[in-house]
Amino acid sequence: MRIELERRPEVSRLFSLLSPVIALALTMIFGGIMFLLLGKNPVTALYSFFIEPLMEVWSLHELAIKAAPLILIGVGLSVCYRSNNWNIGAEGQFIAGAIAGSILPVVFYEWHSPLVLPLMLLLGILGGALFAGIPAFLKAHLNTNEILTSLMLVYVAQLFLDWLVRGPWRNPGGLNFPETRTFDPVSVLPEMIASGRTHWGFGFAILAAVAIWFMMRYTLKGFEITVLGQSERAGRFAGFSSRKMIWFSMLLSGALAGLAGISEVSGAIQQLRPVISPGYGFTAIIVAFLGRLNPLGIVVAGLVLALTYLGGEAAQLSLGVSDKVTRVFQGLLLFFVLSCDTLIRYKIKLVWSNLTGTATEGAH
Amino acid sequence: MKKILFALATTAAVIGFSAAASAADKAKVCFVYVGSKTDGGWTQAHDLGRQELEKALGDKVETQFLENVPEGPDAERAIERLARSGCGLIFTTSFGFMDATVKIAAKFPDVKFEHATGYKTAPNLATYNSRFYEGRYIQGQIAAKISQKGIAGYIASFPIPEVVMGINSFVTGARTINPDFKIKVVWANTWFDPGKEADAAKALIDQGVDVLTQHTDTTAPMQVAAERGIKAFGQASDMIKAGPQTQLTAIVDTWGAYYIKRTQAFLDGKWETTSSWDGLKDGILTMAPYTNMPDDVKALAEATEAKIRSGELKPFTGPLKKQDGSEWLKAGESSDDGTLLGMNFYVEGVDDKLPQ
Amino acid sequence: MGIFEAILLTVITAATPLVLAAVGELVTERSGVLNLGVEGMMIMGAACAFIATQMTGSPYVGILAGIASGALFSLLFGFLTLTLVANQVATGLALTILGLGVSGMIGEAYVGQSGIKLPQIVFPVLSDIPFLGALLFKQDLIFYLSIAVVVGVNWFLFRSRAGLKLRSVGDSHASAHALGINVIRMRYLAVMFGGACAGLAGAQLSLVYTPQWVENMSAGRGWIALALVVFASWRPWRVVAGGYLFGAVSISQLHAQAFGIGIPSQFLSALPYLATIVVLILISHNRRTTLINTPASLGKPFVPDR
Repeated sequence: MRIELERRPEVSRLFSLLSPVIALALTMIFGGIMFLLLGKNPVTALYSFFIEPLMEVWSLHELAIKAAPLILIGVGLSVCYRSNNWNIGAEGQFIAGAIAGSILPVVFYEWHSPLVLPLMLLLGILGGALFAGIPAFLKAHLNTNEILTSLMLVYVAQLFLDWLVRGPWRNPGGLNFPETRTFDPVSVLPEMIASGRTHWGFGFAILAAVAIWFMMRYTLKGFEITVLGQSERAGRFAGFSSRKMIWFSMLLSGALAGLAGISEVSGAIQQLRPVISPGYGFTAIIVAFLGRLNPLGIVVAGLVLALTYLGGEAAQLSLGVSDKVTRVFQGLLLFFVLSCDTLIRYKIKLVWSNLTGTATEGAH
Repeated sequence: MKKILFALATTAAVIGFSAAASAADKAKVCFVYVGSKTDGGWTQAHDLGRQELEKALGDKVETQFLENVPEGPDAERAIERLARSGCGLIFTTSFGFMDATVKIAAKFPDVKFEHATGYKTAPNLATYNSRFYEGRYIQGQIAAKISQKGIAGYIASFPIPEVVMGINSFVTGARTINPDFKIKVVWANTWFDPGKEADAAKALIDQGVDVLTQHTDTTAPMQVAAERGIKAFGQASDMIKAGPQTQLTAIVDTWGAYYIKRTQAFLDGKWETTSSWDGLKDGILTMAPYTNMPDDVKALAEATEAKIRSGELKPFTGPLKKQDGSEWLKAGESSDDGTLLGMNFYVEGVDDKLPQ
Repeated sequence: MGIFEAILLTVITAATPLVLAAVGELVTERSGVLNLGVEGMMIMGAACAFIATQMTGSPYVGILAGIASGALFSLLFGFLTLTLVANQVATGLALTILGLGVSGMIGEAYVGQSGIKLPQIVFPVLSDIPFLGALLFKQDLIFYLSIAVVVGVNWFLFRSRAGLKLRSVGDSHASAHALGINVIRMRYLAVMFGGACAGLAGAQLSLVYTPQWVENMSAGRGWIALALVVFASWRPWRVVAGGYLFGAVSISQLHAQAFGIGIPSQFLSALPYLATIVVLILISHNRRTTLINTPASLGKPFVPDR
């Protein structure tokens, strides 16, 4: 028996909507089996993962907080990936943005003005963009592969932050612990809604997603990104410059990662510390692809991934399953979502031996 | 779709059931871990403490924990989740959870919080810590006796006061035996990377140290020391299995004593906020058996341990000089806790420059 | 033993897993498949190798288990990306998440156990050569295998018919298909080879580098291996050069610290990454040579038209 794919004449609208549902169902079945094997009640487990975090207001806020950086970074990355620029160093750009934006509340902490917060955000955007500018410059002008340079710069950014918070930026009143002074209230990103602690970082994420969606769909720039991404040659015939596109997409994604960084620091942490991100920059890569590189899809994907983190904690408490089980479960979910997306473009046929006999359409 | 609807319906039925089942009459004591409970180091020591607590007070308390919780907003969420799920007493076991614990403690005044190794307290938030440096002083004395070359290697994690304090205590102890004793420090910039810790151990041994100690969490340096035939000290847990012929002793974190004491106070309604900093005498750290050393060294170590327990000996007692030769403590003067908790200078004898 | 020799020995141990995993990924990428799951396959290899060694008492069984687990785990990636043409970047990242989770789960009972170190194999006579003898002829099996794999892969890719086919699949799967090459089968084999090498690299971690199992012990080495493939512009011997360069800079910064040179350790720790970038810039300014070596179909899915 083997599996063959047959290209659909056009993208299936039905399966565009249905494939995530099938994936979810498969995850529930396989996840349920896994929990059964571990001796846990699968229904309780799945409830903790997918529903419990949605049942309370505070938990919905936490969902938004967790999803915000993933969406913001993921949206920027989608532009990069669509134009064939493989920026995998968003984690470093996130940190660079956080550092640049924190100059005001950490170094010029005595300056209290309504201007502080907007300037911080601006600096964050600039910091992220400049840091992404390094691999952009190296790729555009020195022909250096951006996958390597952007990844290596992540480690550099992490170590630089580490040095800052243990050295020059250390809080003088903090018993020499590695963290900066806490931000003054004028430097704190306000909450969006009165009912909880979701800050404006989530607002930025949604705004960015809508803006990039609009750009990709209705502007010449969006067309240029798509064309250059599909074929550099075709793009050149159309008069587009792939060098300029390297700069544009890298700077844009860097800027959004930087904005995510400063929003996270200003909105949620309110100080710099040696580690400010549990790998948002890398998780956002998955989010970007789970959302099929479509900004609105990325919003959904970011929320779903955030849900599994929250659900994992809920399951640890309600079932006593370890945190590793959560990661396995996340892996399962990702695998099913990715494989079910095949149905959008292809019909899947099960072929028995070499005879092209009974073909079954659909899933399994 | 039908399947999902069905699942939803069954789950709805189960919620009612499980909510009823968990409404037992035990107090809930909860823990937030920064690592995995089987990391073989810091978090595992806390989890052993939690298990001891269950063993001691299991008929009155139920424990829960969340592991691998990243510092920052994730910690805030994890702590809030525990507070909301009915935990009466919550231990947050990493320095990086400090501000998250402070925020949530303010939000839930009826829940008691305890934060390890931090310095911010509130009426419902206590801090606790262990005087690890007492053990390091003993290690220093052993090292000075054992070392032929008078030079020890020290694998450090990050330059925070606790680690600096450990280095200084080790050197101070060693110099009571050999006034010219020196140590070389390598900062691994990680708590947990066996490969890198092993590399650091090899680098130190290749540069001529003949006794090794570590302030990182895996047994990799112990294994390297065993392979190269030098002696070493364990960290956080008894690492004798990794070096049966190698380990001299180890500082073993035994948080259980503290967890039982505080939970009992909580059950009795006598819990009050404190900043407790317990040491060898309180049982919050213990020394693994003194092995692989001559009897006179063992006797010396035991004597020093007894003196520290009785309070007769305080490791940081003058005359002591800072690394630059300036005076820190006059003869007979002991350091106050405040200086130790914010320690960011070396004493004489450390062959390293402290990142400022 | 001089200090220089001692440093080199440490460098070899640190570089071997990087070289192995990178050369495996190199073959995968030469066939046109980008598998970002190296870290996940490596940690699976480390866990399975350790467990098998503890169960049987033989580190050689452990090596086999490491190789097999890496290869099997990579099949999962192969099925998704080759059969179901799922996105390679996302699937690779998901493989890493899954690998970290599964290895943590199966290894839980083995944390804290002292492992069995893979013994050295000493070549008589050759090992007595001053300096080089100890470095090259008194090593463990995995080191020798790493060299053998590099030599073999280099020969295979550039001297054998099958290698030529593999490269043509990576350069243009459509024309390779037209020539009658079974693109999908070729890619499955390449993915599994990459998985096997990553698994072997993992076995080196838990049997040689530090004979023990702890969760997440690969600590990002899979990512470095991925970067090395790009660094090497898809040439096997340059992987060796890159791996050893990276290892050498990492180890020397520790020695620099032990000497007490007084530069913040964070800057020293950043050196290996910066050095890799600088060298890559130096070797990649010639656009044409880079393009020749880059598999043109890298990351692009292939579905045979019928």
